[in-house]
Amino acid sequence: MNYILKMSLRNLARNKRRSVLSAIAIAIGTALLLMMAATIRGEMRGALDININLRTGHLQVHTEDYKDENMSLKRVDMIEAPLAMSGQIEGITQVKAASPRLNASGILAYKNETIGIQVIGIDPPSTTNAPYRDGLVAGEFLTADDREGVLIGLPLAESLNLSPGDSIDLIINTSEGQTDEQRFTIRGVYTTDTPGYDKVTIFMPLEKTQTITRTENYASMIYILLHEMDDTAAVKEAINAPGYIVEDWEEINKLFVLVMELSNAMMFFFNLMVLGVTATVIMNTLLMAVYERTREMGILGALGMKAKQVKALFLTEATLLAIGGVLIGLAIGIPLVLYYAQVGFYFGDMGISANSGIMIGNSIYPYPTLGDVFSISAAAILITILSGYYPASQAAKLEPVDALHSNN
Amino acid sequence: MEIAKLTDITRIYKVGEVETRALNGVDLSIGEGEFTTLVGPSGSGKTTLLQLIGCLDMPTSGKVFINNEEATSMNRDQRADLRKGTIGFIFQFFALIPTLTAYENVELPMLLMGKKNHKSRVMKLLDAVGLANRAEHRPDQMSGGQQQRVAVARALSVDPLLILADEPTANLDTQNGEQIMEIMKKLNEETNTTFVFATHDPRVIKYAKRIVTLEDGKIVKDKNIA
Repeated sequence: MNYILKMSLRNLARNKRRSVLSAIAIAIGTALLLMMAATIRGEMRGALDININLRTGHLQVHTEDYKDENMSLKRVDMIEAPLAMSGQIEGITQVKAASPRLNASGILAYKNETIGIQVIGIDPPSTTNAPYRDGLVAGEFLTADDREGVLIGLPLAESLNLSPGDSIDLIINTSEGQTDEQRFTIRGVYTTDTPGYDKVTIFMPLEKTQTITRTENYASMIYILLHEMDDTAAVKEAINAPGYIVEDWEEINKLFVLVMELSNAMMFFFNLMVLGVTATVIMNTLLMAVYERTREMGILGALGMKAKQVKALFLTEATLLAIGGVLIGLAIGIPLVLYYAQVGFYFGDMGISANSGIMIGNSIYPYPTLGDVFSISAAAILITILSGYYPASQAAKLEPVDALHSNN
Repeated sequence: MEIAKLTDITRIYKVGEVETRALNGVDLSIGEGEFTTLVGPSGSGKTTLLQLIGCLDMPTSGKVFINNEEATSMNRDQRADLRKGTIGFIFQFFALIPTLTAYENVELPMLLMGKKNHKSRVMKLLDAVGLANRAEHRPDQMSGGQQQRVAVARALSVDPLLILADEPTANLDTQNGEQIMEIMKKLNEETNTTFVFATHDPRVIKYAKRIVTLEDGKIVKDKNIA
């Protein structure tokens, strides 16, 4: 074994408690960063999936002036003969499903309670409705010819103590600028585990929605899901919708994409902070070691050890601490991340409403990647070695004659 | 052959505004095979002179030559290179590396010189100081006398021209002190290695073949013993 490596290992072993504590500091930093990176990535991926699957789709066809948040029912803002167009789009190989959606705003009245809601008219048989069909917790799903039935979200049902078979009154805006009120029967209760969305979203068959909003043969958009997200650009190119525009999920989720970029930047600063604290611990440990071993440095100098060899000795100690700490950190962090990737963290709706442009599920499932494991490990090792550079330089600067006269 | 030569050496230490003249115009020449002792009261400059001969320190003025090479014109790393092949040190405190075994301590200067296949030489040196059976012991598992004997073996490991010993018996009892001196005397006689001691221990002085006396940073007496 190389004598520098041997001496470094023995030096670390001579104060086992301090070395172990330093390695634990690196390990905690590494595990924490791994967990943070996986959690933020998981949150972003989860939120992106929710946004795409519930709100935006991979692609949307709508008029140039249509804004999802406005829920405009003016004919000029809507698509005419939407079923024909969605059928045509479904003919594109990469498209998983396409269906019209009609969005309208309204008020739910039940007993003495009134709650602002959004009504989405859907084509019930379409597979784009899978999240609601699969998320049914009571009752049954809608049928296309149902004229009185609606689907409500679980938080809304719970807050008003509603269940399938109960009747509610809906006051819905119409294309004429008026409102229409009608009694509906709850056919089913669904959950998408996105409380902010489920609390305010009521589904109704498209035809019935068109009737009540006076928008017969019109829809707000064609909502499109793809088999593979990577095909977005190609499908966008392939869709033939003269007079309308095709927007992809990135364009529709501008705010979300911005939040993703912000969270990446925040993660970078968080990494810096955690690694900075770890680096301080390591620097302190090694400075203590230099102080305690000053006379030893003098002896080594007298024996002919050069400054660069003294430096190498301390940097090797820092490297060994870093590798040991990172390995412990990975041994703790990876199983922890994998466990929470399965069970998730429950956060509730975090006060984010469906109208905010971002939807977040009630649980975050960390999503670890090999890239994160490698980049965090490399950063932790690099920062630790760099933090050892100053103490190593201090040790290398010691003049043998001064070091020999030290009391340490 | 001249192993070490010092000409007109002055060494001034400055602490704050206070200057202390540790050596003042010292000339000294050490020949091959000498067994020389630097004596004098505390503060006379013995240790300073020894450190200058060992190229551990640099004079304020004057020149130091080791084996005809001018150490005073060398940088720190060049002096380290000069030391590791030419000069062995024995210190007053038992200056072994605490994390290394006796064997590894003796081996270390050879590793620093890049020497290989040194096992038999290390064991021979440990045997010469009577510690072959302690090769795997660490310093904290040995007595002071044993540690100092390992230090002697280490000083000899690279076959140096010159061994410098600063108060080598100061922390040893009479028996261990005598034993160390006997070992060094024997090595001097058998290998013609040059030894220079800084001491005021009569147990060391009685072995000396040459006694250099210092007072107030100057050599006041230089006497060869028949």
